[in-house]
Amino acid sequence: MKKAGTIRTPNTYRAALAPYSVWSVLFVIVPLIFIAFYAFTDDNFAFTTENITRFFTATSNIVEEDGSTTEVRTYILIFLRSLKLAVISTIVCLLMGYPIAYIMARAEEKAQKTMVTLIMIPMWMNFLIRTYAWMTILQDTGIINSFIGKFGLGPVHIIGTETAVILGMVYDYFPYMVLPIYSILAKMDLKLLEAARDLGCGSLSVLRRVIFPLSMPGVISGITMVLIPSISTFYISQKLGNGKFFLIGDAIEGQYIANNLHFAAAIAFILMVILLAAMAALKYITAKFVYGGD
Amino acid sequence: MKLSSKIYSGIIFCFLFAPIAILLIFSFNEAKSLSVFSEFSLKWYKELFRDRNTLAALKNTLVLAASATAISTVLGTFAAVGINKLRSRWYKAAMNTVTDIPMVNPDIITGISLMLMFVFVGRMFGAATSLNFVTMLIAHVTFCTPYVILQVLPKLQQMDKSLHEAAMDLGCTPLGAFFKVELPEILPGIITGAIMAFTLSLDDFVISYFTSGTGFETLPIRIYAMTKKTVTPKMYALATIIFFVTLALLLISNVVDNDDRRKLKDQKKKK
Repeated sequence: MKKAGTIRTPNTYRAALAPYSVWSVLFVIVPLIFIAFYAFTDDNFAFTTENITRFFTATSNIVEEDGSTTEVRTYILIFLRSLKLAVISTIVCLLMGYPIAYIMARAEEKAQKTMVTLIMIPMWMNFLIRTYAWMTILQDTGIINSFIGKFGLGPVHIIGTETAVILGMVYDYFPYMVLPIYSILAKMDLKLLEAARDLGCGSLSVLRRVIFPLSMPGVISGITMVLIPSISTFYISQKLGNGKFFLIGDAIEGQYIANNLHFAAAIAFILMVILLAAMAALKYITAKFVYGGD
Repeated sequence: MKLSSKIYSGIIFCFLFAPIAILLIFSFNEAKSLSVFSEFSLKWYKELFRDRNTLAALKNTLVLAASATAISTVLGTFAAVGINKLRSRWYKAAMNTVTDIPMVNPDIITGISLMLMFVFVGRMFGAATSLNFVTMLIAHVTFCTPYVILQVLPKLQQMDKSLHEAAMDLGCTPLGAFFKVELPEILPGIITGAIMAFTLSLDDFVISYFTSGTGFETLPIRIYAMTKKTVTPKMYALATIIFFVTLALLLISNVVDNDDRRKLKDQKKKK
């Protein structure tokens, strides 16, 4: 047993921590309470559940291509669309990112360092500008179209489609998927792989039975770090979706611009609750099915 | 590396760097077009330095980032020192959770939550607009500090605990021992944390967007406003400059980190 602690005065350390404790209560915890407070009150700060109900019941009419109109639940539709685009982007990031993380982890030490830096560099370009760059590349008079135009092809309309929004999300959040997976794969004990081979595993089955399960913590944090920003984004959809694909982030921003703070808070509150539930579920599922229970 | 791996990495890095390369190239384009390169020119850079609003926004961004970095580095370093020595499990878990929240929560929720509180408190005191430089500074310190803590805390945990005791046995006060023994050891962590805080603050758009007043515009907010209208390559020139400044900062922090790792390795060898 160490007795070191008895010499010190823990009060000094408590005092060192005190400013940050106070800061986090005031500017992390209390603001979150304010979201709930605004979500459940009206303009006179009287209790109401109207904002929450509005999210689930507000309807609007969508004009279909053939001219007919269908009534839809506005915010449910927006939420499901955000979820769909975010999930697709996350899956694309994982499928594209896992192989590159694996290649990086198996490269020589010098090459590893260079590749990590290369993956990180785009993150240091402001995301508004990155997104805007894609817009100029993809638009009807952009580089891609002027290039294929020379061969008498196109123009291809990409801007204003779901594909463009997904492309933007994948591009902006790709490093967040690669880096956590890489850091787990790089630390992995290579003897385990040899052992699996000695026991008769083929390459594919080493990947499926040993490497992938062991890299799960990296995969989970990668998924979290891509899913959360892509579900709540509001710039990518405006620029690359031409404003046609209103996402949940756009809805919050729109209500903020219109000064409907209580309804903006309600949408943010619902988003936060759903994300918390999703994260808890993800943790539970991986604990139960990937590691076979505690 | 296998050929297939090389090809795959090549494709991925092309995808990652194509838009950036295009930005850099077209910032030197004489014509306004963003798809046809006519002639090399520094026209857009000259125009950028003549644009008063953008220069004011640049100044605002730097002032804000420097202030937020200074506060969050001090706040975060002291917090890390405190957290490292916490004995109460409950308190430790609470601090870890609170540190995680701004990093895990979507930016839009952090931004909205702070904005609602500022507006509410502002109204209580009868202010018409309560969002200004101070509210933005508070917001930036709030999301930067956890990153400082995460850089400093591991350095404290790696440290040889007996050094602090030795210093005190030799007559140092606890505070004196901190400045003479602990601080030099964790300095690389503090520097990396400060650089991270600075770049995060420089780059932040979403949280700034919700917590900024009308009078105080930062660069990302200005870029947002600019991209709502048609954009000239002037913005590309701006992006190029920001890109190289942040790149330089990133490289500096890498050097600091590498130095530190080499030192650690040397120490281990000596033992």
